[in-house]
Amino acid sequence: MLRPGSYKGKLIVVEGIDGSGKSTQIDLLYKWLQSQGKSVYFTEWNSSDLVKSTTRLGKQEKMFTPTTFSLLQATDFSDRWENYMLPMLRAGVIVLADRYAFTAFARDVARGVDPVWVRNLYSFATQPDLTLYFQVPLDIAVERITGARAKIKYYEAGMDLGLSDNKVTSFRLFQQRIINEYENMVPEFGLTLMDGTLPILDLQKRMRTIVKKALHGWVGLSNPLAPVRRPAAKHQATAVKEVEEGEKA
Amino acid sequence: MKEIQYYGAGFPYRPLNEVPGKLIVLEGTDGVGRSTQVQMLRQWLEEEGYAVSDTGLRRGQLCGPGLDAAKQGHTLGPRTLSLFYATDFSDRLENQILPALKAGFIVLSDRYFYSIIARDVVRGADPLWARNVYGFALVPNLTLYLRADVPTLISRIVHGRGFNYWEAGMDIRCADNLYDSFCVYQSKLIEQFDRMASEYNFVTIDATHSVQSINDDLCRNIRALFAREKV
Repeated sequence: MLRPGSYKGKLIVVEGIDGSGKSTQIDLLYKWLQSQGKSVYFTEWNSSDLVKSTTRLGKQEKMFTPTTFSLLQATDFSDRWENYMLPMLRAGVIVLADRYAFTAFARDVARGVDPVWVRNLYSFATQPDLTLYFQVPLDIAVERITGARAKIKYYEAGMDLGLSDNKVTSFRLFQQRIINEYENMVPEFGLTLMDGTLPILDLQKRMRTIVKKALHGWVGLSNPLAPVRRPAAKHQATAVKEVEEGEKA
Repeated sequence: MKEIQYYGAGFPYRPLNEVPGKLIVLEGTDGVGRSTQVQMLRQWLEEEGYAVSDTGLRRGQLCGPGLDAAKQGHTLGPRTLSLFYATDFSDRLENQILPALKAGFIVLSDRYFYSIIARDVVRGADPLWARNVYGFALVPNLTLYLRADVPTLISRIVHGRGFNYWEAGMDIRCADNLYDSFCVYQSKLIEQFDRMASEYNFVTIDATHSVQSINDDLCRNIRALFAREKV
């Protein structure tokens, strides 16, 4: 377990392998929470300006080792943690994170670093209020990735591990290792399972139910810019409502 | 050849049992004369017939440019900077130091992760956390700790490169001016190094003496290491 946080805000995290649908879902959740007038902050993995140029250099020149890759991403996380996530949480904001320390615990260990060592690196981070782990069979993830995206990237496919010369094969082997690490973390960190094979709308409905429950009775930071129900947000809300009603019927 | 030792798990994906080379570290605070000594040692060792590789902090190919940019005024927290340095350290360890040791070189390292830890802890990092970060680090064959008191450091700095922002710890404002901040900051660093001396088996060298006498002292210790390990 990570240490408990002492702040007013709420930390909600999505985790899962590439192609599990988590980014689509957290984006919809973000828009919904905003439309509800909440103060929300969204952050994603490996996005700090501080290490961007180093990451680019390392990827282009294929200079990373499992340890340097792990440490650089921890640097990125630490920068986002102390400049954005923690201050926002202390202010009483809902922080939505697309990937969190668990991504490092899964990927870096799949790359061969020591599990205890990498857990120590992130020991300054707090246990999220909710961690939604998107489970999806490898075949579906591979299909989504190869179908929708132009190309599987070198490190995404774990090509640095020399598992296979074929990118798709390497991707499968690497992602399977990551899945195994995630599965071990379900009891270790109390991850909430989400069925990533469900239709987008159904999954979003479930996600909102879970989040609503987690936020029940909680009052965060007020949002002076809260929308007074904009038409764009309404469309989304109506669609979900229809599913809800459809399920009831 | 002796079996390779790490402070923690090392690099589990890169099993390595023993290497013919030796890792010799020079540690000490700013202005203590480390780089001069590294230069002299290198020349001496090469004259003796040893192949030498030297390496310092913040010189790695991967992070060098990024670290320089990051220090140009970015609001960098101490933990973040610490992790960035650790990335660079690991890059140099895996891509420069280990290959050189495998090839049978004597590696002279101007500073090691001990300096980074000292700097981090003075800035409020958790000492245990900082030590565990470096669980991948190789245990050196010999660590020579050049120790000088603050007055000696001041005279070296004044007659050398002058005071600078980072060496004076101005980022944490130990005092309202460069000189006083330097004194406070360097004595805090010395305190950390002294603490690590027994923890990490440093050989403490009195660095208040002349350059030549310090060098003699260092050579004596290196010869003793070579005799011990039959290099």
